[in-house]
Amino acid sequence: MSFKRLSPSSASSVLLSAICAAALVGCGSSVKLDDKAPPVENRTATPVDTTAPAQSQVTSVDLTKGSADTTGADRIVYFDFDSYTVRDDARRVIDLNAKVLAANRAKRMAAEGHTDERGGREYNLALGQKRAEAVVRALVVSGAAENQLEAVSFGKERPAATGSDEAAYAKNRRVELTNR
Amino acid sequence: MLALVIWALASPVAQAQFRVEMSGVGASQVPIAIARFRDEDRYGQVLSAIVRADLERSGLFRGVDAREVIDEEAKPTMAQWRALAADALVVGSVTRLADGRFDVRFKLWDVVKGAELGGQSTLVAQADLRLAAHRIADYVHEKLTGQKGVFSTRIAYVTRAGRNFTLRIADADGEGGQVALNSAEPIISPAWSPDGRELAYVSFESQKAVVYVQDVVSGKRRVVANFKGSNSAPAWSPDGQTLAVTLSRDGGSQLYLIGRNGDNVRRLTQSMGIDTEPAFSPDGQFVYFVSDRGGSPQIYRTSVGGGGAERITFAGSYNISPAVSPDGRTLAYIARQGNAFRLYTQELSGGAPQLLSDTSDDESPSFAPNGRLIIYASRAQGRDVLMTTTLDGKIRARLVSTSADVREPVWGPFGR
Repeated sequence: MSFKRLSPSSASSVLLSAICAAALVGCGSSVKLDDKAPPVENRTATPVDTTAPAQSQVTSVDLTKGSADTTGADRIVYFDFDSYTVRDDARRVIDLNAKVLAANRAKRMAAEGHTDERGGREYNLALGQKRAEAVVRALVVSGAAENQLEAVSFGKERPAATGSDEAAYAKNRRVELTNR
Repeated sequence: MLALVIWALASPVAQAQFRVEMSGVGASQVPIAIARFRDEDRYGQVLSAIVRADLERSGLFRGVDAREVIDEEAKPTMAQWRALAADALVVGSVTRLADGRFDVRFKLWDVVKGAELGGQSTLVAQADLRLAAHRIADYVHEKLTGQKGVFSTRIAYVTRAGRNFTLRIADADGEGGQVALNSAEPIISPAWSPDGRELAYVSFESQKAVVYVQDVVSGKRRVVANFKGSNSAPAWSPDGQTLAVTLSRDGGSQLYLIGRNGDNVRRLTQSMGIDTEPAFSPDGQFVYFVSDRGGSPQIYRTSVGGGGAERITFAGSYNISPAVSPDGRTLAYIARQGNAFRLYTQELSGGAPQLLSDTSDDESPSFAPNGRLIIYASRAQGRDVLMTTTLDGKIRARLVSTSADVREPVWGPFGR
């Protein structure tokens, strides 16, 4: 009797195919594509999750431009009940932000209109849009360029204050200026 | 005067999300007994309880208590059911097959005549046992009233829990909810495509209002309108090829028509004020919408070919959120009276507004595809809730969510 001696290369190929076979077995046991009988009716609603931030998202913080930018209360314009005209007491906020935009033509801002909670969602969205467009017009009159600004609305969907009283309503009838 | 019926659906399944509370008595209701189906309680859904709740919510039936188990093979003693004043009786069974599916059988009896009115056998997956029960309710509804039931249709709605917004799809009774979209930003104005395969909606995920369309089964989404400014209020044309939307891209909020893939944008209205909340008439010839062109928000309609607008609502100073019944005859909308926002209907051939609700924060009415019920959002005990009502306002049901504020309901089409 004689045994054929395995060459080093054929030994390694045997070993390789053994690993492959093991891997295939592993695959076969972990992915069962035909595990269940197909449903009679497909009623699956596949969820899409937009809460997770993109993994490559980087939020820039530029301290060198801090002095030339506005923050907090300098970014909010309030409105009277059922009104879409920019009040006189908003003059300072309008001028401040118009100046920032005029000094840096590459800068972009959004004027985000908001309403109080009373009334329909879509109609309030249109009312918030009207407020946002009024603020954009005021900024352009004060020196900002039209293409630096976008008027958008959140309607009653993103209140600044919760509560169903006039104090909360007054805080919610507003336009917020945000960087874009 | 008003009888109050409250029960909890006996469902051991964890996904059950709503409790249904009903109030009111209809003018003429068919007393019907739904016997317990043989082996129905072994697979997670008590079919007879689902059938009964469906039929009662329609306002056309009154459940007669039936604790007995009776299957479709049995010959029930009619005298016994006549003694309980039942006019009709539903019996049935649930059988698990070797392949894992379920054979759901039922038979409908006319108790007064002692005659069979028909029955069916359907094979379903376990996940569709609720659907099988809803189809039985639809069968009974059609046999006994001559009109199609809507129990096997679906609704879409939005829940908010903290800063989490979720677009959900559920059975017409609010049960069996599934997530279509989950977002950290608001979602509003969902709208079913006429074939029930897609949902259009407004999402604020990019920090502005953008109109998306999502395939319900695959979850695949596409942007339909993302112009400068706000994009909102999607409404499907009856043929499913066109959407009416509100865009602010040319300044102000105005109505536009746009192809289902975002192509072929055409302006529909030209006003100095706000035009929004479009809704097609069932024949596709008109678009109803809200406009403040007359100084206060009122409902108007215009031809899809453009041209002038005709004012539809005249009473009061705030009428919004138009919905047209499937037969094109009735308009449902929300009217403000003082500080209250209430659901009204009005015959489009003329006639006075009719108040349908007794709540004060009603929103977003939507007709069932058979035109017999309206679903709408309201507030109760500090929560956003969903309500259904019959068109005469006599039978109202509240779908009470256990965990979140619910709003923006919209009723899907027939044909699931």
